[in-house]
Amino acid sequence: MRAFAQLFTALDETTKTNEKIAALTAYFASVPPADAAWAIHFLIGRRPKRLIETRKLVEWAVAEAEIPDWLFGESYQAVGDLAETISLLLPAPTTSSELPLHYWVEERLLPLKEWDDAKRRESLVTAWRAMNERQRFVWNKLITGGFRVGVSQSLVVRAMAAVSGVDAAVLAHRLMGDWMPSVEFYERILAKESADADVSRPYPFFLAYPIEGPIDALGDIHHWQAEWKWDGIRAQLIRRQWRTFLWSRGEELITERFPELEALGGLFPEGTAVDGEILPWKNGMPLPFAQMQRRIGRKVLGPKILADVPVSLLAYDLLEWGGEDVRERPLEWRRETLEQLVSATKSTGRIVLSEPVNTASWGDLTTLRREARARGVEGFMLKRKGSSYRVGRKRGDWWKWKIEPYSVDAVLIYAQPGNGRRASLFTDYTFGVWDGATLVPFAKAYSGLTDEEIRKVDAFIRRNTIEKFGPVRSVRPELVFELAFEGIQKSSRHRSGIAVRFPRMARWRTDKKPEDADTLETIRALIAGA
Amino acid sequence: MSALLQVNANGLYCAVGAFYIDPWRPVPRAIVTHAHSDHAHWGCAAYLCSTPCQSVLRSRVGSDSNIEPRPYGESFDINGVRISLHPAGHILGSAQIRVESRGEVWVVSGDYKLEPDSTCTPFEPVRCHTFVTESTFGLPIYRWGAPSETAADMNAWWKSNQQSGKASVLFAYSLGKAQRVLAAIDPAIGPIFGHGAVEKLNRIYRETGIALPETHYAGSAPAATDWSRALILAPPSAHGSTWIRRFGTVSTAFASGWMRIRGTRRRRSIDRGFVVSDHADWPGLITAIDATGAECVLVTHGYRAPLVRWLCEHGRNAKALETRYDGERDEGTESETPEPDSPDPDPIPQVPA
Ligand SMILES: [Zn+2]
Ligand SMILES: [Zn+2]
Repeated sequence: MRAFAQLFTALDETTKTNEKIAALTAYFASVPPADAAWAIHFLIGRRPKRLIETRKLVEWAVAEAEIPDWLFGESYQAVGDLAETISLLLPAPTTSSELPLHYWVEERLLPLKEWDDAKRRESLVTAWRAMNERQRFVWNKLITGGFRVGVSQSLVVRAMAAVSGVDAAVLAHRLMGDWMPSVEFYERILAKESADADVSRPYPFFLAYPIEGPIDALGDIHHWQAEWKWDGIRAQLIRRQWRTFLWSRGEELITERFPELEALGGLFPEGTAVDGEILPWKNGMPLPFAQMQRRIGRKVLGPKILADVPVSLLAYDLLEWGGEDVRERPLEWRRETLEQLVSATKSTGRIVLSEPVNTASWGDLTTLRREARARGVEGFMLKRKGSSYRVGRKRGDWWKWKIEPYSVDAVLIYAQPGNGRRASLFTDYTFGVWDGATLVPFAKAYSGLTDEEIRKVDAFIRRNTIEKFGPVRSVRPELVFELAFEGIQKSSRHRSGIAVRFPRMARWRTDKKPEDADTLETIRALIAGA
Repeated sequence: MSALLQVNANGLYCAVGAFYIDPWRPVPRAIVTHAHSDHAHWGCAAYLCSTPCQSVLRSRVGSDSNIEPRPYGESFDINGVRISLHPAGHILGSAQIRVESRGEVWVVSGDYKLEPDSTCTPFEPVRCHTFVTESTFGLPIYRWGAPSETAADMNAWWKSNQQSGKASVLFAYSLGKAQRVLAAIDPAIGPIFGHGAVEKLNRIYRETGIALPETHYAGSAPAATDWSRALILAPPSAHGSTWIRRFGTVSTAFASGWMRIRGTRRRRSIDRGFVVSDHADWPGLITAIDATGAECVLVTHGYRAPLVRWLCEHGRNAKALETRYDGERDEGTESETPEPDSPDPDPIPQVPA
């Protein structure tokens, strides 16, 4: 635990990639394989579900710290993070421990699920007494299921590659799918030759960067394949050993959520993997994404919702064919084979080819892009002809060329503190637009400002609070922000009658006065145009 | 029957003695606990402070100010009110003000801490009926570790930066914190430089007889200086400014009690946080309050409400006192005001129209 807590601290205290990789490499090179396997598991964001109710955890911590409940509450308010608050309030450790990470996870963390409360409490309290603040913090994060650290999977993979000499793309693939952290697992992923056992394992998704600079800088348009960029759930549909697996980009197995696609997979030849987008789709047309959210929200998928919001797979690419990894084959080959697959299975109505959009020039494509909103797409994907299907987010071969977001000038009217590292600052804002002479709440936004701007807005809020409602403050309406968002639609659940998708602060309009902000009327006109 | 000291629009006022303690507006007569800007306001007609506070105060409120120094522990009368100054252990010259009239004793502590600090006289408990305490870090999450461990951490950080070829830029408030850090670190590791605002106070500390390791003014260092071996002390307002660029690749750190919370460090985009404070931590506040034997405790700064409630639950008559003192602010007064990079005494502050 000591080494893992030190690794956490090292990763937490730097934003520099090479320093993070150095810390990871040093860690992997020095700990036993059983620890390394668990560390990888946690670092790439896999975590046990919450093992203990927060209420009980707090109750035991408060008793151990010998403080009243209300003082715990005040402390939590100041820290903004439960695991950290507990680690700061507990008395200094009485012993120390050299026990390794896999002991703590396998003998003390996972069994929490089965133990009764008395045993859980005793185990936790003795753990706390043997750990310093850093270790306790990491430990509390693990038991509350909230462990997170600023490394991407690709950094972890690079460090593992440095330690083992195995190619990073191979490692990334081996880390996909279902696996349990163990010595065998660790040895298997670092093996030079692989005997892959996991039948469900998906391939890492190839992700695109947004286009930088003018579009014609990409050169001759005939070297590129353009496709509409859809906004659904990116997924991989896999058929192996007569079973179907549907994986989300977040590496969640979601087969059961989409019975239509499970049936579709049953029609694929043995050894097939297709990359695509799940979209709510009816009568040859996509439905608004809000419909999909309705469906995702259901615990049980009854016949009604399946009939109301059926889905299709919009097929983008082919990754495996006849049991062979075909990602290195040129785009044209993969595309041609994908077309065969789609035409053989499209009678189900559950698979649609993402058709290439052919135009003679970038100018024509730019004109066509103006239809994006009307077509319910986000813009274009541009794929270089002849390119292979790569791992993760890479520049060069794939680009996304999204349409400009909507933008509206709105006035800050409510604020509340953020979570985690933003808990002691007012970072969550509600913005209003004019409806006659009053400002009606229109959208909430949390992101888009620099730390410096957040500090200034925070100071403004503290000085200009009108009223407090619990954590929420109403604020003198003086600051104007340009909000950007991706979609807009009518909503009976919002006071303004409007719901927007992915709102964020594009700019702080210090040049504008509140009276310059937009009106509900002009915003309604956007819906009409959408 | 009004209290011996009361808050009015200008500050904490003693009507019987016709003087203020730490006023936040210019007044005819001010007794000042210490020279931090939230306690020592410029423009008063007459100041009274502890003897070691005198030079620092002068640098803050203007060289031609009327300042009367008094040694710690010496009693004197102002309009029949008996007054004495006692060490608060906060920064050089910081004092608790003991005020006695008709047998009633008040102590105004200003800011204080209990940890040892070679740059100022240690805190001394004073028995009283009413104790005015700060509460900057008035929550049990604030507990300071051993100063020797923090010093070892700072030394290790400096050395490891040297190994990776980075200059070590340590942000610390220029009055008090910077000197305390200086006295704690190991000067054998490499050369130490200061921002002008820090150097100015280093000089005053040395003139007052406080031993500090040798430092150089960063602004007059030759162009060829190898910064990668250096430790540079700067006020927090220099963070993110162009002033930092001259040092090339840097590792930044901030010495502050707020660094105890992970979120505050991350929000500032600082590489390292060292928990070093001039203020009492939670156990320190409780210990100091207990030692006064006060029946009544008035709480200023920071986390007033939790401390008041805790004291009341533990059988004391405690109340919050509304003042304008900031304490060691996370986004504090000192950090918001860019300090000029000049080691020379400041010009006299301008009186705004
Ligand atoms: Zn102070
Ligand atoms: Zn103060």
